Amino acid sequence: MNGAHDMGGVHGFGPVKREANEPVFHAEWEGRVFALALASGRAGQWNIDMGRFARENRSPADYVSKSYFELWLAGLETLLAERGLVSADEIAAGRSLREPKKVEAILQHDSVEAIFARGRPTERPVSVPPRFRVGDRVRARNINPTTHTRLPRYVRGRIGVVEQLRGSHVFPDTNSLGQGENPQWLYTVRFDARDLWGPEADQTVKVSVDAWEPYLEPAGQSL
Amino acid sequence: MAHDHDHSHLSETELRVRALETVLLEKGYIDPAAIDLVIQKYEQKIGPRNGARVVAKAWVDRDFKQKLLGEPAQTLASLGYAGMQGEHTTVVENTPTLHNMVVCTLCSCYPWPLLGLPPVWYKSAPYRSRVVIDPRGVLRDFGVELPSDTEIRVWDSTAEMRYLVLPMRPAGTEDWSEEQLAALVTRDSMIGTGLPGLARETAP
Repeated sequence: MNGAHDMGGVHGFGPVKREANEPVFHAEWEGRVFALALASGRAGQWNIDMGRFARENRSPADYVSKSYFELWLAGLETLLAERGLVSADEIAAGRSLREPKKVEAILQHDSVEAIFARGRPTERPVSVPPRFRVGDRVRARNINPTTHTRLPRYVRGRIGVVEQLRGSHVFPDTNSLGQGENPQWLYTVRFDARDLWGPEADQTVKVSVDAWEPYLEPAGQSL
Repeated sequence: MAHDHDHSHLSETELRVRALETVLLEKGYIDPAAIDLVIQKYEQKIGPRNGARVVAKAWVDRDFKQKLLGEPAQTLASLGYAGMQGEHTTVVENTPTLHNMVVCTLCSCYPWPLLGLPPVWYKSAPYRSRVVIDPRGVLRDFGVELPSDTEIRVWDSTAEMRYLVLPMRPAGTEDWSEEQLAALVTRDSMIGTGLPGLARETAP
């Protein structure tokens, strides 16, 4: 979706402010939300791409007014409600009002180390060869889905060069919709800043995104 | 995203999180000991010291550096730096003519096993919006001025690839030990917004 989360190139947010001796969490609740969100994922009711969409799928005003962990909380509440695990009235009441739903698993203390050490690799085999090769000129497609995508607006329609082939990975655009992992070849595509931002841009700057094959189309030979 | 909240707003969020945790617990969806352990891991155990050790090792050991750049995932996994949000990690090397910077314009993607959880500025709108269009301006916010002909490369982490910047070893450290060198490696230097030894940070 063309949401406020897709921030590349937006003006007006001001300087970057670095905090000295910054704590990992700025309040106890931030750590709780972080851990609750990760633990709730074990219920098997959503995947990481659905989780990301739950955080970004809101009005721009709401998105930019929430702090990072407030977005995590809001996203977690949305997922729990949509899947019938926890509803808003239960959070308001501060207690369970309904029988629990059967879930796949819960994150147990003794399994934390193993589960975090394994992580969630996204590489999956595919039977088709990659369409593009390193050095190919490609254009990022001009797509504007209202659903989850990882192709940022600032590269759409722009021409770049395939710099690396990263293997074939779970495709977020379908995975976020529950339409399967649908693995696709993933490329690092490098853009010249002038091709993104115009001829006045700093000619020493290059920007890359990691783009799945469906995001790309051939751009022909260099002139 | 806003970060300055008045006290009542914070309290409201705090109460809401407590309520949510209570409901999750009553329904049997969470093991509270696991929640505590996850927080403890990221608050106390996993942080930029991990990445700093990797960088210092690469500075003193040429073979290791070649492996780190050529087969980053396997090399990092052999040191125990793999897993959650570090499943597909790549290392990008700064040189006298190239400076790398890492961002996630869409959210907050970051190599957790090497750097821990990202600082607020990394997740903030000013950084995510600006680093892809004005990286030199962002560097100035961090007190870093590079030669005008240094190529700047910004890596937007839009997929599950995670990036660690291998900064340049500071001049005059030829006889330093790996441990001394690791102490120079700041978190920001491994994201690309800082240079080694330029700013001190305290972190686990």
